[in-house]
Formats: sequence, structure tokens, C-alpha cells
Amino acid sequence: MQGILPYLISGISVGGQYALIAIGYTLVYGILRLINFAHGDVFMVAGLIMVYTTASMPMYISIPLVLIFTVILGFAIERVAYKPLRTAPRMSLMISAIGVSYLIQNLAFYLTGGLPQPVKTSIPWISDTITLFGTSTKRVTVVTPVLTIALVFALVALIKKTKIGMGMRAAAKDFETAQLMGVKINSVISMTFVIGSFLAAVGAMLYFTNYPTVAITSGGMPGLKAFVAAVFGGIGSIPGAVVGAFLIGLCEEIIKGLGQSTFSDAFTFALLIIVLCVKPTGLFGEKVTDKV
Amino acid sequence: MKKILALVLALVMALGLVACGSKDTTGDSSDPGDAADGEKVVRIGVFEPLTGDNGAGGKQEVLGMQYANYVQPTVDINGETYQVELEIVDNRTSAENGPSAAAELINKDVSIVLGSYGSGVSMSGGTVFAEAGVPAIGVTCTNPQVTSDCDVYFRICFLDPFQGTVLANYAYKELGVETAYLLGMLGSDYDQGLIYYFTQAFEALGGTVVAENFPEGNANFVSYINNAKSAGAGVIFCPVSINYAQLIVEAAAAQGFEGAILGSDTLDSNMVVEAAKGTDTELYVTTFYQEGGAPEFDKGIKEWINANPDALTNNGGNDMIAAVTAMGYDAYFTALEAIKAAGSTEPADILAALPNVTYSGISGEIAFDDIGDAKRDAAYIKTANTETGEWDFVTVQGVD
Repeated sequence: MQGILPYLISGISVGGQYALIAIGYTLVYGILRLINFAHGDVFMVAGLIMVYTTASMPMYISIPLVLIFTVILGFAIERVAYKPLRTAPRMSLMISAIGVSYLIQNLAFYLTGGLPQPVKTSIPWISDTITLFGTSTKRVTVVTPVLTIALVFALVALIKKTKIGMGMRAAAKDFETAQLMGVKINSVISMTFVIGSFLAAVGAMLYFTNYPTVAITSGGMPGLKAFVAAVFGGIGSIPGAVVGAFLIGLCEEIIKGLGQSTFSDAFTFALLIIVLCVKPTGLFGEKVTDKV
Repeated sequence: MKKILALVLALVMALGLVACGSKDTTGDSSDPGDAADGEKVVRIGVFEPLTGDNGAGGKQEVLGMQYANYVQPTVDINGETYQVELEIVDNRTSAENGPSAAAELINKDVSIVLGSYGSGVSMSGGTVFAEAGVPAIGVTCTNPQVTSDCDVYFRICFLDPFQGTVLANYAYKELGVETAYLLGMLGSDYDQGLIYYFTQAFEALGGTVVAENFPEGNANFVSYINNAKSAGAGVIFCPVSINYAQLIVEAAAAQGFEGAILGSDTLDSNMVVEAAKGTDTELYVTTFYQEGGAPEFDKGIKEWINANPDALTNNGGNDMIAAVTAMGYDAYFTALEAIKAAGSTEPADILAALPNVTYSGISGEIAFDDIGDAKRDAAYIKTANTETGEWDFVTVQGVD
């Protein structure tokens, strides 16, 4: 009996992975007021690219390639599927997002032949087995939360200190006014997608080191959970998404540890409903002020 | 600019459709031209999952049939030579797709159906075959209800009560384990059936079990392994699909689980043994066929797989022979025997002839009992060799 510790470690690690995806949802929502349904699939594609590149290239080439391709994909999705719809009603944008999600899944289906792809050559060092407080686990479990927090700090610094970050904040406050004030809205939005995809790619590499099979539906559940995390923490808020993701990861694993594994997913979504009933804007959600 | 982008997007989508469409047509070997050139044709339906959780296993089972069709492409019925065509339909693993895939086969005028890998989808497809009166031969679907609830379903493999008991006996008597941790997917007939029979047998022997379920699509098995450890289980029994099995083996190795992992026939796959390679995992599975059992078949199919890039990909990139492939091979020849015995390509005649068909296959003698199940009383037990990444034969286990 090792007590609750292994579940906590695993929960924090899962939470870190959800956090990296959740930031992508929350950033895009903050600026475009759009739920980017394709984000989970971008995550899955990053996993597939990792499977294919690591099998044929050394690590120092394949890891940057995964990041670059995923960022290009995220950028391209925005340019092709969302930008032409900027003046269209928000519902059209949402339908477009769902369409992109299915398009990506089906293309991946065609590429992989519908079979789950095992990660044959996993990234060294982080996939080693280590012993932590008497429980053995992969090193990635420990690396994930640390890397997540580091990336979040970098992201917050980027938003607070740089010019493009200022643009993002302005666009999030008021889209039209920011445009009138000379913020290059298109490059700000592209940047948002680039950052979101980059984090999803990092998340994918960590996730598929721990659970080394990429199926075309692999993006579905993590994507959904990360979305729940983003709403849970208050969509539009970066710290909210991170805190929400860690809480959901921990809850899920603790429920499994209590022997109620059958209900672990049901519980996650029940938690979302309860939080939204009590606090409709989420834990760190912005107050909705009516602009006159 | 907008218009160009919209156009490009539309083109990409159209191309995607074309690509998917062309894949479907290469998937089945039906070619209307074949029938037109005067040759007589008998169609055998292949009802298998090519995508989804069981896609990998289904493809390996189909390989056996395709190889058999390559070895023996014709059948003589009353002195006339008929060309045998395989009509392959993807039932996409899940039970809700079973009926539509089965109906597709019926519409293609098949005389007899082979498959499916996975018991749940076989049961749901079985009702459609029963309505149409088309006989079906289950290849590796081991749940009793496949044949007991369906008059047209026969099968050539052993059953779950037998398999579950064999594994429980092996765990209790050979491995000396008293507590077993059972892990299955929620809503899977196959997983839950085996867990039930294992529990019955294991508790009758005096052992205790802890059973847990995971939801479909789960990828994180770390906490389940921790639960097994804290339950003090000496063995994890996980009769799950290949891709979950890979993840469970991986997680057990990473978490340093010290007992053995027991699996059913689904785990007998080169992809699972790959996951165990290079770890300290102890992995035992029951299965239908052990490579080396029929050297001529082994040699022939290896050559065929290596000469055929598609077959090589479908077999997981190497030429190891899965038991389901051998079973697919036997199923094809059993079907030919039935067609010969019936002396007709009419499904009704074949159905009438099937109960008395016997065939001596590479996986053993095949004969049917009253329910339509194969009379089998022994299963092979294999263990994963974690150094070479191959299966080593352990023993032939029966039930006392």
C-alpha cells in the first residue's frame, strides 16, 4: 500500500498535459470568442507527426519538425477556415471549426488506414523509468508539470511585456476599437493560433511519451477534457485554464484511486456542470459587463 | 483572395472524398468485370473490422483469408470450377455498425460469411445474417452468445467459458497467484464475458478477484496499475483490444508492476509483444495457433506477406504470424468444404450442409457440435520473450 501518492503524481502530470491544450482553447476564445473545436485534432496530428518523424530522423531534427509542422497547421487552419469568416455571424465560425475538426480526422484516417499508430521510438531521457518516493514512473510524469508551468510563465511574460502581447490584450478587450487604434488584428490572431498550436505540440509530445499509441480519435478525449478545464477555470483566462486543468487531472486520478474508475469521466463532466451552476463564468472568469 | 481560399478549401475536401472513395474500392476485391467474362463465381463475404480498436486484429485475420484465397482461388462444385471471390466489408469494430456492414454483404449476394474478429459486432451482424438465411462462420469470436443466439452462426474457435477457465487455472495452479486484478473496457461484450468466466473459475479454485473497468478511448492506465499493486494482485488479467493491451503493458512496465499480465486471444499479436520488448514484463496469453505448428503454411504465408507491401503493413510491419491469421486461413477452407458438401452456391444449401462439415486445419481438427461451436478442448499458452520480441510456446492447457 503506497497510499495516495502515485495517484497525485499521475494526476499532476495529466493535469499538465490538459493545461497545455487548454491554453490553446482559452487564448483563441479570449480574442475571437470562438471555441476552436479543431484544437484537439491539431494535438492528435502533432502526435502523428511525432510517430512518423521520430521513426525516420534523429531526435534533434524530429522534435523541432513536430513543433514547426504543428504551428504551420494551426496557422493554416486560421487563415483558410476562420479568417474569411471574420465578418460572418459567430455561428458560421463555429460550424467551420467543427468542419475543420472532421476534415483533419478523416485525412488522418486516410493516412493511417484507421489503425492506431504506436510510437516506436520514444523521445529519450523523458521516457526513462525512474523511482520517485518509492513509486516507479516515467520521467515525463515529473517533467510535464514543471515544463507546463515554465511555459505558462513565458507566455504570461509575452502577453504582458511585448508589443504583440499588448495587441492581444487590446484585441481581447475590444476587437473593433483595437483595430481602429492601429493594432494589426490579423497578425495578432495568427500569433494566437501559432502559440496555441505550439503548446499543443509540446503537450502532444509529452502525452504520447506516456501513452504511446496515436489513434485518430486520440485528440477527442484530451481535447474535450482540456476544453472542460478551460471553461472550468473561466474561459479566456490563462491562469484559470492552468488551474482548471490541474484540478481536473487530479480529480480524475483520485477518483480512479478510490476504486470508482468506472465513473472517472462522468465525474469530470458532472464537476463542470456544478461549477457552471454555481459560478457561471468559471473560477477565474471575467465579469460580463454590458457595453453601452 | 477570399474566393481563391474558399475554392482551395473546396478542392481539398473534394480530393479528400476522392481519396477516401478510392480506398474503399481497393478494399474489396469485387470487380463487376470478373463475373461478366463467363467464369462462374462464388462469393465469400468477409465481415471484419479494418478500422477502430480492433482494426489491427481484423486486418491480420483477413490476411489469412486472402492468403488462403491466393493458395486456392477456385472450388469445384458438381464438376464445375468456380472462381472464389472475397467480398471484404469493414464493420468498424463497434456493434452499432455491425448490422449495416452485414446488410452490405447480403446485398453483394455472398454465399457464406466469415468473421468477425470481436464478439460484440458478430452478435449484432448475426441477426441480419439470420434474417437473410446466409450462414456465417465465426473465426475468432469467442463469446458463447454468438452461436447460441443465432441459428446461422457457426464457429471454428474455442469459447470464452473454456478460455476463461484455462486462464484462471493457469494463474492459480501454475503461477501460484491468489489475488487477480481484472481490467476490461466498459460495454465490451468480449471483455466483460471473459472477465465473468475468469472470475467464476478463479473463485471456485479459492482465489479472490478485484475487477475494474475503463471507459472507451482511455489512454491513461497508470492509476489502474497502481490499483492492481495496492490490491496486492499477483496477476493482471486484461482481455482487451490490441491497442489498449499495448498501453496496459507499457504502463505496467513503467510502474514496475511485479506480477504477470494474463491475456486472452486478442493479446496474441506482434504489436503487443513489441510493447513488452525490452521491459521486465511477464506476459502470458491463450491462443489458437502457435507459429511452427504447420511449417509449410508458415513458410508460404511469410513469403506471401513479404512479397506484398500492403499485407506487410497490415501485419504490423513484420512477418510474424498471428494466431488469428492461421484461423482465417482455416475458416476459408472450412467454407470451401461447406460449399463442396452443399454442391451449390445457394446460402440455404450451404447452411444445411454446414453442421456435418469437418475439416482438418492447421490449427487442429474442426467439427461442429449441436449449437454450431467447434469441438475444441485445448488452448495454447504463450509467453512474450522480452529480449527477442517474439512469442515463446509454454504449454497446451486443457480444463480438468
